[in-house]
Amino acid sequence: MMPAGSLLAATDLRKAYGPTTALDGAEFSIHPGEVVAVMGPSGSGKSTLLHCLAGIVTPDSGSILYNDREMADMTDAERSALRRSEFGFVFQFGQLVPELTCVENVALPLRLNGISRKEAERAALSWMQRLEVDDLKGKRPGEVSGGQGQRVAVARALVTNPRVLFADEPTGALDSLNGERVMELFTEAARSTNAAVVLVTHEARVAAYSDREIVVRDGRSRDMERIV
Amino acid sequence: MCTVPGMSIGHTLLGLLESGPRHGYDLKRAFDEKFGHDRPLHYGQVYSTMSRLLKNGLVEVEGVEPGEGPERKRYAITEAGITDVRRWLATPEKPEPYLQSTLYTKVVLALLTNRNAAEILDTQRSEHLRMMRILTDRKRKGDLADQLICDHALFHLEADLRWLELTAARLDKLAAEVAR
Repeated sequence: MMPAGSLLAATDLRKAYGPTTALDGAEFSIHPGEVVAVMGPSGSGKSTLLHCLAGIVTPDSGSILYNDREMADMTDAERSALRRSEFGFVFQFGQLVPELTCVENVALPLRLNGISRKEAERAALSWMQRLEVDDLKGKRPGEVSGGQGQRVAVARALVTNPRVLFADEPTGALDSLNGERVMELFTEAARSTNAAVVLVTHEARVAAYSDREIVVRDGRSRDMERIV
Repeated sequence: MCTVPGMSIGHTLLGLLESGPRHGYDLKRAFDEKFGHDRPLHYGQVYSTMSRLLKNGLVEVEGVEPGEGPERKRYAITEAGITDVRRWLATPEKPEPYLQSTLYTKVVLALLTNRNAAEILDTQRSEHLRMMRILTDRKRKGDLADQLICDHALFHLEADLRWLELTAARLDKLAAEVAR
């Protein structure tokens, strides 16, 4: 059953890689403006769940509804368009393009959507200001610290004003002070735009920035809000 | 959340007097502002502590202002008091061994009585995260002192959560051992 008002909801998701079961009937739902932490031990299936929800991986069975549309019914081109314009991604290692400057990296998703360089960089700079990294605009990723690079990556994820942000261990490579600053700025920015955030993490201190958490164990998910 | 355990309220009040003499009321206010957080000191605690410090020669009454009543006394720290504060600060706190855990007892009892131990761990986990959210929010809005005290609590809660995770992963093994 999809909870009323959900922006993205999955029911009975199953996915196996050969003999290995990654998801075994997982459920998930998120509302606009909500930050949901997906927790669980390594190998529990939390990253597979995120990849299925984001349309990167196709589940073997089950349903994923985005904005009331079944993702399996969309064409590849539609799913790609969704990932480009409605979804944003932040990974453990910023995955910035090393040859581009920071502002060019942040502007990249807009440029790929056909927006002019000037317009794209103007929007990019405004997000970089909010993430407190605008002074790095002319630097290349190799010239900035891990924490700064991750904030640039967050700005890049937000620049298209996505409706859903997927973050997979976004602070995994940072020390706790830098990780916290990234989480503070990230959740603040997401909430201000009413974006939903799917936050995969195994760290409780990171999950504490969420509104609620689900725990994935052995490919099955558990909504912790419903047990207390 | 009072950050000063009962045993050291005396030392804390003494330490606050080092910067200059104060009335009992001033002392209480300074204590609450810096260390009291959600649990301020009672006036009674301040005055009973001050009379103990007075008796032990660690403070002296510098003056009594008109208006009478014990709250009008102005206390000053003595040399012995300064030495006492110095000694207290230099003595390391005994690390808590954390060997008495209600949670551990609950888990073992649940296994012994064939109840759902995983459910107990999950419910506790959720409660811990709920508290961590409250503290994270407070930290975000607070000043550096607030951030430090919340961090202290957050790191402890995080340690508990790691234990909950690890225990959840070892429940089958523990169940087998308990049944032996």
